[in-house]
Amino acid sequence: MAKENKEKTQKYRIDIIVILSVILVSLVAFCVMELTRKEGEVAVVEVNGVTVAEYSLLSDGVFPINGGTNVLVIEGGAAYFNYSSCPTHTCEARGKIRYVGERIDCLPNRVSVVIRGEGGVDLVS
Amino acid sequence: MRNNTVKLTTLALSVSFALILSYIESRIPTFVAIPGVKMGLANIAVIFTLYKLGIKEAVAVSFVRVVMVSVLFGSPVSFIYSVSGAIVSLCCMVLLKKITPLSEIAISVVGGVMHNVAQTVVASVILGTSVVQYYLPYLLLSGSLSGVAIGVVSAILIKKINLSRGR
Repeated sequence: MAKENKEKTQKYRIDIIVILSVILVSLVAFCVMELTRKEGEVAVVEVNGVTVAEYSLLSDGVFPINGGTNVLVIEGGAAYFNYSSCPTHTCEARGKIRYVGERIDCLPNRVSVVIRGEGGVDLVS
Repeated sequence: MRNNTVKLTTLALSVSFALILSYIESRIPTFVAIPGVKMGLANIAVIFTLYKLGIKEAVAVSFVRVVMVSVLFGSPVSFIYSVSGAIVSLCCMVLLKKITPLSEIAISVVGGVMHNVAQTVVASVILGTSVVQYYLPYLLLSGSLSGVAIGVVSAILIKKINLSRGR
């Protein structure tokens, strides 16, 4: 049994190295994101890659976007979508974002919200 | 003649297997709200075909699946995402199978991750802004975890199912 296990480990050795390195890369990326994160100041709304609006995270509000296909809510320093006309509703389920560089993308409607730092300058990416 | 019939039937079964898996996948609610995070169940059928029948057959199964899934449950936009993911992922899997001693499991992981990478690049083009650096860590993690699961299932099927039986 032990021998069989050893042979198995031998067989899958390169596999394990490849898989663990992919996971490691993602974990390192998460750590870097976590360590460098900063509270954002503005929510920048992009439609088709063009910035259409910027809202300060300091003042709460409800903003229809892109002629009403999505509704952005700003509340207590965070931003989230509470309505999307698309069938998947992934952007609604994504929840609140508040740190610089965080984003919610509604792929079907091509609407994005990105959190930026002071003066709208993106320090992270 | 008989061989052709066997081959045709096996291919047709592989395509229906892939379609059923795609349908099951579409019924599973997404548990993480990151676009692109999914199991990739249909890849079981593609990996199975790649190992059991060959490269050409795997390309055929993958392509027919993508087209049929888009026609049945998708949209033109979802077709662009699926087709780009499928092409890149299959190319990587074929290449790795040919030039490295990696097993089905690592090949499935790389296939899954590359599927995600291709879709993130396409998403960046469609959105008109680069989203790769933000989503990649999530997709690498979810792609490798689901890739392991898919790879293990595929490896078992490849080992247990004998296509030449009853010939």
